[in-house]
Amino acid sequence: MSGDNPPRFVLASPESEFYWRSGADGRLRIQRCGECSRWVHPPGPACPFCHSRRVGPEPVAGTGTVATYTINRKEWIPGFTPPYVFAFVELDEDPTVRIGTNIVDCEIEEVEIGMRVEVLFEESGEWHVPLFRPAVTEGT
Amino acid sequence: MSERMERRAVISGAAQSEVGRRLYRTGIDLTVEAALRAVEDAGLTTADIDGVSTYPGFGGSFGGAMGAELHEALRLSLNWRSAGVETAGPLGAVHNAILAVATGLARHVLVFRTVVEGSGGPLRPGSGGGGGGGMAGSAGPFQFMIPYGAASAACWVACYARRHMHDYGTTRSQLGAIAVNGRANAVANPKAIYTDPMTIDDYLAVRMVSDPLCLYDCDVPCDGSTAVVVSHRDYAPDAPAGAVGVNAMGTAIRGRPSWDQFDDLTSMMMRHTAASMWERTELTVDDVDTAQLYDGFSWLTLAWIEAMGFCGKGESGAFVEGGVNIGPDGSVPLNTSGGQLSAGRLHGFGHLHEAVMQLRGAANIQVPGCEVVAVGAGGGPETGCLLLTKGPS
Ligand SMILES: [Zn+2]
Repeated sequence: MSGDNPPRFVLASPESEFYWRSGADGRLRIQRCGECSRWVHPPGPACPFCHSRRVGPEPVAGTGTVATYTINRKEWIPGFTPPYVFAFVELDEDPTVRIGTNIVDCEIEEVEIGMRVEVLFEESGEWHVPLFRPAVTEGT
Repeated sequence: MSERMERRAVISGAAQSEVGRRLYRTGIDLTVEAALRAVEDAGLTTADIDGVSTYPGFGGSFGGAMGAELHEALRLSLNWRSAGVETAGPLGAVHNAILAVATGLARHVLVFRTVVEGSGGPLRPGSGGGGGGGMAGSAGPFQFMIPYGAASAACWVACYARRHMHDYGTTRSQLGAIAVNGRANAVANPKAIYTDPMTIDDYLAVRMVSDPLCLYDCDVPCDGSTAVVVSHRDYAPDAPAGAVGVNAMGTAIRGRPSWDQFDDLTSMMMRHTAASMWERTELTVDDVDTAQLYDGFSWLTLAWIEAMGFCGKGESGAFVEGGVNIGPDGSVPLNTSGGQLSAGRLHGFGHLHEAVMQLRGAANIQVPGCEVVAVGAGGGPETGCLLLTKGPS
């Protein structure tokens, strides 16, 4: 995406609000179970594995792998100027934690399945929207 | 095999309203047209109708009419009515009707799906549509996709198509075979939206929408209503156009109910839905004479072909390439009325209607000796299917 940031239309729930605020300190957080230690995404009111209510946000490294992606050539939402990449990123802590996101800070042709990426945040009003870019802080 | 309750039901009538790109008619107007035709087709009067079932009904952001509207418009006297969007896809309305008939709650259920998407507004946050009924304007699961400009099911399906291409070598030309096949069949369908000839080169040359999906990978929004009458099988001998049997229905949703969190990025919920259908029948995929498989996006049809077992996992690209296997003379004639890509987004009910016509021997492109049809509708986590037969099962 080029130019001004697109309108992000974040509509957080009480369970997910932390996700959209987490980047204020530069860290991505994912919900984790305090009983069985499994990661849970999207966040919910209880652990879907052991049903413990003791769930809460916990920082993750913010690194992962592009599982798949699309290059949008159509302006699906006014303000999202094509072309832009929408991707599913699987986090290193648990690849079943799959995050929808945009891949930025690279040419769209560079994006590929298996690409290593790291999180960055875009401020949008009161929110810090997690985006991903090619991993620069690790060797390939 | 123990008794399958769905076999107590038949489809005794089927009809469509006028279908067009933009008709500027109300949803209930189209619904009444289709409903009255379907009741007549079934050899019944509205006094015989004691049940109504529809998808998505009230609150469904892409519905064309509510069940209660039809109830009132025809001043029906009902023993049972049901409408909802949290079903096994749009065919869930048919599943529900079958269950109502099988359990004796109703004897003749009018089932409809109406769309007014052609003359409806464009897709934007808050307007729903595109497979994400109620997706925006709430903090539900779509909150993780809307902020990234992934506002249409096209964006989500494109991600699956990309991974399928990556893992199995599926090509755009193979994907295009679905669109080209649909267009060729649409020519014989007087209600189809697009009937101009299309070649694979035309397909490859058209603009991309959500790469790897191009414009011709996406179905065409339209206005129209499809209605069927689901009756008790006792009525089958009296159905003037011939009753279509319900052999098995597929409803399973064994994976995560999510467009983005499903465990396998090269298949969708139809994998479970189709498996559950085959678990309920002694028929096999080899018995299927024609398949009417959802093509809201062309890749969804590939996913359905694999889920139904017409080929192995990952082999659907090669299976459809060149269109021979899926053509009218192929091993599995597919979407013989044009599907949604060319005949319009009737949301699975166009496929259902065509299945009934094939089993009556009344299709525009008739598969000779057609006795078993597989119908699958929906994508993502919202999928359902039916195995239908000529005469009661
Ligand atoms: Zn737990």
